[in-house]
Formats: sequence, structure tokens, C-alpha cells
Amino acid sequence: MLNRHTAALAALLLIGAAPLAQAADKPTDPQIAHIAYTAGTIDIEAAKQAIKKSKNKEVVDFAKDMERDHEAVNKQALDLVKKLKVKPEDNATSQALSKAAKEERAKLAKLKGAAFDKAYIENEVAYHKQVNGALETLLIPSASNAELKSLLETGLKIFQGHEQRAEHAAGMPK
Amino acid sequence: MRRALTVPKRHLWIALALIISVTPANAETIEVTIEKLVFSPANVEAKVGDTIEWVNKDVFAHTATVKGGWEVTIPPKSSAKLTLKKVESVDYFCRFHPNMKGHVTVTSP
Repeated sequence: MLNRHTAALAALLLIGAAPLAQAADKPTDPQIAHIAYTAGTIDIEAAKQAIKKSKNKEVVDFAKDMERDHEAVNKQALDLVKKLKVKPEDNATSQALSKAAKEERAKLAKLKGAAFDKAYIENEVAYHKQVNGALETLLIPSASNAELKSLLETGLKIFQGHEQRAEHAAGMPK
Repeated sequence: MRRALTVPKRHLWIALALIISVTPANAETIEVTIEKLVFSPANVEAKVGDTIEWVNKDVFAHTATVKGGWEVTIPPKSSAKLTLKKVESVDYFCRFHPNMKGHVTVTSP
């Protein structure tokens, strides 16, 4: 009898412990807002570089669309954090994203012409995939505010659309 | 029998002429809302001469594009119209966000 109780208690503790461990890794809303905004800014920076460097009309048009959409998402994000009185909080994920993006921009800066176009579009595919994964598996499930969650869901659809377009552009003969 | 056929035939032409002249007044405007990257309704059934009006509630520009066919650009927080000219059944998508899809079936009036 005592044994059975102990086993039940142990099982309860085990089940209870797992979500707790996950909760510790879950980003908070101020962190999620910061990550989402950073992710958008990175793509805007990449687009600006492409608009300046590329001579390919299709690539420049794509970059301009990226710049326009992500500026619109980020403006919505800023309006929302203001409304919710949330102060976006810098965190390890945002820092890792920024660091990787800075390295990618430096790498792209050394390329020219078709080599640049190819590398930019390929990176856009990879980057959007990465952000989509983070939105789907971590950021959206972790967001506690309903409006923030809804904005992230719209952001996911925008990113998925961009990913499809980038994939299409990457597959096109230049 | 032959005579009996010719009379209704003439009537038919008159009726047809009447239908054609009357159509523009009957033409409808069908509204498709775009919100959070979704066309709704996604499927539209219309007649030649009808107009589709896309009302974009997003802060993003969208398009309604038929591959090898028509294209309408709908600016953010704005709307745009297209009058349907021919019988067709076509898929359309947003050129900026190809994951947005819709379908239009146009039949003769």
C-alpha cells in the first residue's frame, strides 16, 4: 500500500517536473517581442544590402517587397508593445540572430553580380525557414498575450509566403 | 412544322438582344475581404460582367494574380476592383505571398 502510494507520488513528480523544466526555457512576452522585431530588422537590413548591390531586377523587386512587408510588420509590433506597455527585452536568442546576420552580411558584401544574387536568395530561403521554425515551435506557443500571439501568427504567414517566393526565385535560371 | 420553328427563332433573337442589353444593369459587385493573408470567401462564383472588389484590411500590399492572366494590385488598407470579361474558372494567388490562394468561376450571364 505504502509502496503503491510512493510510486504514484514519484510518477506525479516526474510528470509535474517535465513542464516545469520547459517553462524555464520558454521566452517571456517582452523577449518574444524583441526576437520578432529583431528577426524583421535583420531581413530589412539584408534587403537594403540587396537593393544597393544587385543589378538583377527580379532580385531587387523581391528585396523591395521584403523591406516593405517587414517594415509593416515591425511597425505593427511597435504599436502593439506600446499599447500593451511591454518593453521588449534583449535576450540570448535575439543576440544570436543578430550575430549570425552580421556575419552573413559581411560574407555577402564580398560577393558581386550573379554570385551575390544567388547567395542572397539562398540565404533568404534558409533564413525564412529558420524563423518560421522558431515561430511555429517556440514563439507562438510561448506567447501569453492573445494580441501578440495573433500578430506572430500573421507574421508566420508573411514569412511562409516570402519563403515560397524565395524558393521560387532560387529555382529560377538566372 | 418548319413555319412553326421560324417564329420562335425570331422571338429568341429578340429575347437574346434584350438579355444582352439588360445585363449591365444586373451586374453585381462581389466583395472579397483580405485579412491576415486570407482571401475570404476563397471561392467566388460570378457571371461575365460582374465585378470583384477585393477589400484589403492588412497593412501589407497584396495582389490577386492569375498565372498567365489578369492581375490586380490591392494596396494596404485599400481596395481594388476587376470586372470579369470572360467565361473562365481560374485559380489566383498573391504574387507577394504565394501561400494566399483563391478561385474564381465565371459563367455566362
